[in-house]
Amino acid sequence: MIEARGLTKRFGSRLAVDALSFDVRPGIVTGFLGPNGSGKSTTMRLILGLDHPDAGHARIGGRRYRDLGWPLREVGALLEARAWHPGRTARSHLAALAASNGIGRRRVDEVLGLVGLGEVAGQRAGKFSLGMAQRLGIAAALLGDPSALLLDEPVNGLDPAGIYWIRDLLRSLAGQGRAVFVSSHLISEMALIAEHAVVIGQGRLLADAPVADLAARAPSLEDAFLRLTGASTEYQGRGAGA
Amino acid sequence: MRNPLSARSSGTPQPLGRTPHKAPQAPLRCSGGEDTPPEASEAPAREAMEPGHYRFRHVARMEWIKLRSLRSTWWTLGITVCGAATMAIVIGINTRNGGGDLTNNALAGVVPGLLLTGVLGVLTMTSEYTSGMIRATLAAVPGRGVVLAAKAAVFGVVALGAGEAGAFISFAAGGAALRHGIAAPALTRPEVFRAVVLAGASFSLIGLFGLGLGAILRHTAAAIAVLVGGVYLAAQFIGVVAQGAAGYLPVLIIGNSLTTTKPETCPPHAALCPHFLSAWAGLGVLCLYAAAVLGIGAWLLARRDA
Repeated sequence: MIEARGLTKRFGSRLAVDALSFDVRPGIVTGFLGPNGSGKSTTMRLILGLDHPDAGHARIGGRRYRDLGWPLREVGALLEARAWHPGRTARSHLAALAASNGIGRRRVDEVLGLVGLGEVAGQRAGKFSLGMAQRLGIAAALLGDPSALLLDEPVNGLDPAGIYWIRDLLRSLAGQGRAVFVSSHLISEMALIAEHAVVIGQGRLLADAPVADLAARAPSLEDAFLRLTGASTEYQGRGAGA
Repeated sequence: MRNPLSARSSGTPQPLGRTPHKAPQAPLRCSGGEDTPPEASEAPAREAMEPGHYRFRHVARMEWIKLRSLRSTWWTLGITVCGAATMAIVIGINTRNGGGDLTNNALAGVVPGLLLTGVLGVLTMTSEYTSGMIRATLAAVPGRGVVLAAKAAVFGVVALGAGEAGAFISFAAGGAALRHGIAAPALTRPEVFRAVVLAGASFSLIGLFGLGLGAILRHTAAAIAVLVGGVYLAAQFIGVVAQGAAGYLPVLIIGNSLTTTKPETCPPHAALCPHFLSAWAGLGVLCLYAAAVLGIGAWLLARRDA
């Protein structure tokens, strides 16, 4: 269970995240939706304690991220593709992270197999395609067998088979009782993956509701999303707010 | 399509007493964990705390794997050692006067070699920012002070090992290369042994200085510029402008205090001559420099957004 309460983050004069409160419950996939630049990535960094909030707090199972004993065993995160040194092999990258949380080497090979990178584990990760990079990022998130997952745009760069794979993966992770929080700007994709949606625009909460309820208010989830975010989209093409 | 998670329940050996994760609310355990007792998997709630906490040794192990898994680490250290030894041999062959400080001559490759270790120290920190790895690191270990301490400890020990190897190899090679009937200094003399050991230590200290600069500045180019400017170029100016301060400059401490059998003194009627620190005082000042930049780096790392 992840709780955000009044999370606020200011960058200079710009309010990136504005008093955001929501819960990410275990057992379901919660979609985190919002236009580009709406504060999704910042919110995720605030939950992980990477950015310091100006107000409010986020808790994981009742505790602040920095108070977790074995963070990787409780929260797995994918923030950006290629968040590793390009000269290191996929296996070394994961082995280093595993060591920090007392996770055995066997688990490293296990997650490499799980994401389909077993064959290239000994190759330098700098040569990976975007799709392979996303898979390595997901492997890192799964390393500690965590009870909560935070994935920022995991679908980016994946081919159709990869998208199918991640859809399946996220659903089974939630099915095992984990809290899965996935951001995306691909609404149609979210409609297939997520059961619950948290929608933000310009850092503010616009909706926190089951996907079925949101979709029922409009012809499709996409329409519902556009209606919600119409007023808060920074870069708007003609007709986008219709 | 194969269930991508099948490895969790069937493909891999499970610890005794574990149940496959089928029920939606089954407690989830880390299958790679070393110290989770099997009965802990019966815990009723997910929120039940996993026993234990990451310690310095876990973080140090992560940093050791990071450092050793980059080829550039070993290339840089290897070139540093070979370069220092080559310089010692060239100087040894060309030495015609046995009256100088032959130990200091053999260790002449230390000062240029420091640049490489300093840059390696910078890169150890800034490459985390360049690649984005810093966010993976800090998500794994939110205790930022522990991260920097572990990084410094691991890098410091590796650089010390390489530095001592370089210093002793240079000393031996420089002595062996002496011609013209000049006898090599004996390592058994305490002041000679001290100079060689402190030459090795200076690699580690300049490396840590670079690592601290990397933590403060976060950008490779900026940190290297400050390293080269502060450690090397400033010595050229300050040495002329402020005689009193010259003895406290890192390069001059290493060249004239640490790697000499006795501190450099001025010839009787020299117009320009700074006062140089004794070997141990010089070592203390260098340690203070490294500790100061690392301390500032740790403070900034904890305060700033990653």
